[in-house]
Amino acid sequence: MCSYIVEKAKLMGSAKGPNGWMRIDTANVYYDHPFHAPLDHALGIDFINEAEGGRERVAVELSAESARRLVDKILAALASGEIEHGRAAHVASVAAE
Amino acid sequence: MTYEGMLAETVAFRGHDGDVGEAYYARPLGAGPWPGVVLIHHMPGWDWWIKEATRTLAYHGFATISPHLYFREGPGSPDDVGARVRAAGGVADAQVIGDVAGAMEYLRAQPYANGKVGVIGFCSGGRHTYLVACSLVGVDAAVDCWGGNVIVDDPKLLNAKRPVAPIDLTEKLRCPLLGLFGNDDENPNRDQVNRTEAVLKKLGKTFEFHRYDGAGHAFFNAARPAYRPEQALDGWNKVFAFFQKHLATAAAARAA
Repeated sequence: MCSYIVEKAKLMGSAKGPNGWMRIDTANVYYDHPFHAPLDHALGIDFINEAEGGRERVAVELSAESARRLVDKILAALASGEIEHGRAAHVASVAAE
Repeated sequence: MTYEGMLAETVAFRGHDGDVGEAYYARPLGAGPWPGVVLIHHMPGWDWWIKEATRTLAYHGFATISPHLYFREGPGSPDDVGARVRAAGGVADAQVIGDVAGAMEYLRAQPYANGKVGVIGFCSGGRHTYLVACSLVGVDAAVDCWGGNVIVDDPKLLNAKRPVAPIDLTEKLRCPLLGLFGNDDENPNRDQVNRTEAVLKKLGKTFEFHRYDGAGHAFFNAARPAYRPEQALDGWNKVFAFFQKHLATAAAARAA
């Protein structure tokens, strides 16, 4: 179906598009007909800078299954990374003493 | 040898509130006279398949214009412009009706036009078609291809941009209506299609609905897994026959 349902996630970071890097503050997330992916429905994410008008975007269109896998991998990368960097930060602080 | 030719190009048209926008326009070459069709694009926007469908109608003898309903959010590629429109909650029904009226005027102003104009739309464009057919004078035939939300079961879906459920305007339907639907579609689902049909019958409107087994939403779209070649071919043939019946004048029928 064609819907206009968009979940907005406020965030802080940067994204790289055709014009290079840009600061982003919002991800528009939706599940609807894609423009490019050969799927009936896709999970779309548009990373934009809403504060600057949101006219530029970095976009992805993912199958539902791959979007769920990505969510798992994001959480896994955050968990392992935070453990590693937490340990590294601890080692660095001990060395500094 | 019979000469066959087509011209397909981007043109400027005057839409709602006199705003000038872009449209994709395909027409058979030759003197005509040609019937006209306004093709209303689906939610993802003005994409390859919409332009392909515009050319398909031209190939079958209809001067066909597809206004870019998101042009006000440009400039930009149609997909980026479509993303801006989605983030803003879509386009307002009144604006779409005004843009389609402008596209109809564009068709009737051409020297080779036969004066008849039909409207066809896909997905959200199917809903727009139903709305336009109930709102504008001068639509000679309308084709709703799987338009969702013609019946609005959840009142929360009505808002300032889409204030009225199209089904509630059915009394004002002024032209013959063709509806094509996949029985596996979820929006509109079978029950909604049946209820729409019941309202059309009750109000004595001229219409024909065709439902396809083994097909869901957007089964004409060769760019998607939903494509069903057999059902799509039959559906297209019904579209051509319907427009031929209601739009062609005797001279246009000979020319096609």
